Amino acid sequence: MGGPAPSDRTAFAPFRIGLGTHASNLFRLVVKELRSIRADPVMLCLVVYAFTFAVHSVASGASTEVRNLTIGVVDEDRSDLSRQIVSAFNPPLVKTVVPITPAEIDPAMDTGRLVFVVELPPRLQKDVLSGRPTEVQLGVDATAMTQAGNGSIYIQTIIAQEVARFAARSDLTDTAPVQVVTRAKFNPNLQTSWFTSVMQVINNITLLTVILTGAALIREREQGTVEHLLVMPLVPVEIMLAKVIANGLVILVGAGLSLVVVVEGWLGVPIAGSIALFLLGAGLYALAVAALGILLGTIASSMGQFGLLVIPILLLMQLLSGSSTPMESMPYWLQILVQTVSPTPHFVALAQAVLYRGAGPSVVWPQLVALVALGSVYFVFALARFRRVIFGA
Amino acid sequence: MTGAPAVARLERVSHRYGKVAALDDVSLDLPAGRIVGVIGPDGVGKSTLLALVAGVRRMQSGRVTVFGGDMAQPRHRRREGARIAYMPQGLGRNLYPTLSVFENIDFHGRLFGQGASERRARITDLLTATGLDPFEDRPAGKLSGGMKQKLSLCCALIHDPDLLILDEPTTGVDPLSRGQFWELIASIRAGRPGMSVVVATAYMDEASRFEWLVAMDDGHVIADGTPAALLERTAKPDMEAAFIALLPPEKQAQHRPVVLRPRPPRLDTVPAIEAEHLTRRFGRFIAVDDVSFRIARGEIFGFLGSNGCGKSTTIKMLTGLLPVSEGTAKLFCRPVGDNDMETRRNVGYMSQAFSLYSELTVLQNLELHAQLYHLPPHDRPVRIKELLERYELEPVKDARPDSLPLGIKQRLQLAVAVLHRPAMLILDEPTSGVDPIARDAFWRTLIDLSRDEGVTIFLSTHFMNEAERCDRISLMHAGRVLAVGTPAELVRERGSTSLETCFIDYLAEAAGLDAKVAQKAAKGTAPEKSPAQPATVTAPPRGTAHRQRFDPRRLWAYARRETMELLRDPIRIAFAFIGPILLMIAFGYGISFDVENLRFSAFDQDNSPESRQLVDAFTSSRYFSEQPPIRSAPELDRRFRNGSVQIALEIPPRFGRDLQSGRAPEVAVWLDGAMPFRAETSRGYVTGLANQYAHQLAMERLGTDPSATRVSVETRFRYNQAFRSVNAMVPSVMMLLLILIPAIMSAIAVVREKETGSIANFRSTPVTKFEFLLGKQLPYIGIAMISFGLLVLVALFVFDVPVKGSFAALVLGTLFYVAATTGFGQFISTFMKTQVAAVFATALLSIIPAVNFSGLLVPISSLSGSARLIGLSLPPAWYQPVTAGTFTKGLPFAELGLNILVLAGFALLFLILSQLLLRKQEA
Repeated sequence: MGGPAPSDRTAFAPFRIGLGTHASNLFRLVVKELRSIRADPVMLCLVVYAFTFAVHSVASGASTEVRNLTIGVVDEDRSDLSRQIVSAFNPPLVKTVVPITPAEIDPAMDTGRLVFVVELPPRLQKDVLSGRPTEVQLGVDATAMTQAGNGSIYIQTIIAQEVARFAARSDLTDTAPVQVVTRAKFNPNLQTSWFTSVMQVINNITLLTVILTGAALIREREQGTVEHLLVMPLVPVEIMLAKVIANGLVILVGAGLSLVVVVEGWLGVPIAGSIALFLLGAGLYALAVAALGILLGTIASSMGQFGLLVIPILLLMQLLSGSSTPMESMPYWLQILVQTVSPTPHFVALAQAVLYRGAGPSVVWPQLVALVALGSVYFVFALARFRRVIFGA
Repeated sequence: MTGAPAVARLERVSHRYGKVAALDDVSLDLPAGRIVGVIGPDGVGKSTLLALVAGVRRMQSGRVTVFGGDMAQPRHRRREGARIAYMPQGLGRNLYPTLSVFENIDFHGRLFGQGASERRARITDLLTATGLDPFEDRPAGKLSGGMKQKLSLCCALIHDPDLLILDEPTTGVDPLSRGQFWELIASIRAGRPGMSVVVATAYMDEASRFEWLVAMDDGHVIADGTPAALLERTAKPDMEAAFIALLPPEKQAQHRPVVLRPRPPRLDTVPAIEAEHLTRRFGRFIAVDDVSFRIARGEIFGFLGSNGCGKSTTIKMLTGLLPVSEGTAKLFCRPVGDNDMETRRNVGYMSQAFSLYSELTVLQNLELHAQLYHLPPHDRPVRIKELLERYELEPVKDARPDSLPLGIKQRLQLAVAVLHRPAMLILDEPTSGVDPIARDAFWRTLIDLSRDEGVTIFLSTHFMNEAERCDRISLMHAGRVLAVGTPAELVRERGSTSLETCFIDYLAEAAGLDAKVAQKAAKGTAPEKSPAQPATVTAPPRGTAHRQRFDPRRLWAYARRETMELLRDPIRIAFAFIGPILLMIAFGYGISFDVENLRFSAFDQDNSPESRQLVDAFTSSRYFSEQPPIRSAPELDRRFRNGSVQIALEIPPRFGRDLQSGRAPEVAVWLDGAMPFRAETSRGYVTGLANQYAHQLAMERLGTDPSATRVSVETRFRYNQAFRSVNAMVPSVMMLLLILIPAIMSAIAVVREKETGSIANFRSTPVTKFEFLLGKQLPYIGIAMISFGLLVLVALFVFDVPVKGSFAALVLGTLFYVAATTGFGQFISTFMKTQVAAVFATALLSIIPAVNFSGLLVPISSLSGSARLIGLSLPPAWYQPVTAGTFTKGLPFAELGLNILVLAGFALLFLILSQLLLRKQEA
């Protein structure tokens, strides 16, 4: 502070606001947001955890592959054939075979101890050898949706194979007229982890972007720092854009590293397409959901309320996005609804196309367009609410 | 020391928070039957001392004796605790903002086991005495600061305590309300002469009216005695000067008195601030009503007024933070508000609460502001260095603001506000809660800015000695300006003796009070003529109810209050009732394992009658939707890549001839493996179709099927013959939702109280941990049962999934399950400090086991090792068989008895665990 020269303080310094000023403000604010994120160890730990261990544990844990079945067997034949069938129930498909009596079937299935029960009838072997038609009963607890359908097909196949093998030994030859070979593209062994790991990365992008951005806004509101920004020579869109960009950037870096280090490196999932293209889509997506985070941050007045608001919304977005179960299985009206209001299904479709099928821009441009369109709508809507709630204008 | 018997005695008490010592080896007697003031600036240990005496904080070392018993003994606290009343620091911290004035006091009365008529009588008396009776039905959150404090006091006095402990009850309260508050205390003491009062305060003028003072600094007691004795000892005219004189010499050395200087003569032609007929409405409420003033450049203008009178609203309109409803505000002749960046660059603003980034260091905060105000790059380091030196921030420049004392934080805020050399500063209560030495230092810099640099300063304050330093002041009340002028003019006009009496006079007149009563009230010494002498306090019919170990009335008080609060919070209500229904619908439709409408296309390279027959076999499947055929291998590749085909049948050339000649040709079926579950199910379909086709061929050629003579596997899908996903999903989703939402809500319920501070009521009243926990749990069990009813209706009418088994088993199982899950939430809440942490931790801890280890995705029978153990050690795995059993399997009650019993056990277990972990005292 120099000497007393009151007169020069009353004059206004000429000051023009150009694009350069906006860009420089934005840059400063983004740096500020990044520093804020760095200074919050809890959030950082959450981001790191979500993109590393959470991805790994989900990929190696919950599995919709049919394996580890517990099968109850009522062997009323006690023949070579029936023993051969039972011994063919092997890991990884079957965990344990429980020999039971017919009377035990109902209680075991009622309590959920057994999902599958195979009843091998008396005279099974004799009937097979003598060419008499016979029937094996397979009881399935159809409330276990992930296992019941595919599991029963596998069990049927095993039984058929074993009977055929037994018959072949007994010179009852038979060859199928046509050999049908099924081959899965993009994931030859249909490993669940290939799918769940990448979908977990996507879910993390949604979850963390919304939470980080919304929490950043609410923190400013609770601490009163947002008031401070408002009296400075800044415009609302700079403040909001800075939050969206900074948080989106952190998530994008996390997602990219997670994909390369955890998914490709640690879990050994091959990535077919261009990670750069995926990240472009992820960037657009992050902008859209960050705007959603801002929107929620203007609706909730405290962190606690924000938590209550955000959990159902995130669950809805994730469940109805096609990242848990196939989009085609949902009722048609719901598919249309979800694709109109949520950017998530478009991003999931893009990610699946690029990462698994190696699709290029010529294939995924409709998704990119949808992300830009929905993202813009979200952004404009969030900005309008941001102005109204925070600026009271 | 005092001669009088001590109501409380501290012996060698020390208390630390981490590395910081709040109390350092303090020994002290607090005399009984008097009003004792504990004085000193922020953060010297006053609150800790009071909390230890009240028994709401756990002892670390030393001994505190209250009413002749050791406060470290739970038995003594239980027996004598009801004789103590404690009012925590902060405006209305022990109140529930959505509850009305009456309901707040009523809740406290219930905690002390008072009957309905007794409560009504006491509340009426207290409200009359405090003048709150016209506002009985107003929610506490809508009261002004002074009224909140009076209400807090009513809550504390409902049970006629013998020791009243008040932690800074008047901080942030205007002089009139402050006066009324002390009058109330005086009149109550007149009615109950035996009552001891211990008060912490930062207002030295208030302290001089108490009967005994304890002066504290830095965790030590630096003096105690009567106010007269302390003044005499220090030979100072007033308590503020006396307190500074009592401080250790090195601190006194920092203090330099504030010297007022006359404003240099200037050409005051153009005003800096002009407000004309400023009005601001919030709905029907008029916060600021037709306010006009002009402030000259270089002037220090003080803005005084009671809480909620519209000071902050006016300031926000001047800074452009709030739009103006009517009238105009001009800064330097330019209208405020229309995003005028030049005006903003000429104004520095400091808000009421500390509002800089606590996650950035002092230096980073300054740099950020320098950049955003576009100081020239070469000027930035120079300016920042200048400010660091001038505001003595150099030693703390790399510290984060939240680790700094309030006085330094305020200096930092001021440094930030002046950083861009604004011509005007707008400061909203810049010195609230700052100690006298720091306040004087702050004022010296303000005077320098005004006098040396011609900066216009507009500030609001509650301190009269600060108001006296302003060039002009304005008094505001209920949105209107009562008077504007120099302090001396106002005092002279009113014929008052001091600015404070002048101010109270104006306020009382505006509020329609008798000025004489108000004046007396301000002195706090008029018990004998007090118009509202509380009659109840003379002969309290004290019951022994509050000493019982368990009292259903206290439990009911908590349950009732929790329900009322909940019903008034739209976000929580929506979460509780709409959340589950929405999620149930989303899960029901979203998690479907039915695979249909697969996009199928044939790549027929043979195009013979035989190959077309094979293609027909595939296209006839109801699971496939046929797409245009594929013509070439690259096309097959491309169509898979863009996702327009999910299953492709590739038939080789010569297929027909090979088949005719019995050479068993090989056909390939390609699947899109991007989604393994879908691919695996498709493979199942393909296997079935292939078998069917083989059978068909055999029938055509041989007239019989050789494989049919062997073994057919007859698959019976039990419980869900149609094999619909929803039949299986709905019961499992119910299991998930009835842990997720009730657990989050009950966790929030406890943590909310920690965050808002109303947990103090649990700590300072006779309510037991069991009553508190169960009382807060019951409403959530009720809500969970209602949302369970709604979910059953959704299952029935939206998804067409009826309850086939024992409904009684389902209801009873659910009741125990939600008792267990709400208990689980409370258990988690004992570790959590903030609501947001409680929400996410509870969500994670309940979703992961419920989805992965409880039969939702993978049947429990397929789990092994730790996954199975985790599953079975939490309630969801035991509840899933109940929902699945009653909805789809049609099981009777008896088969689910064990599960229901185990769920009841979980409910009990979580209650016991929370009981063990919840602390009645703060650490």
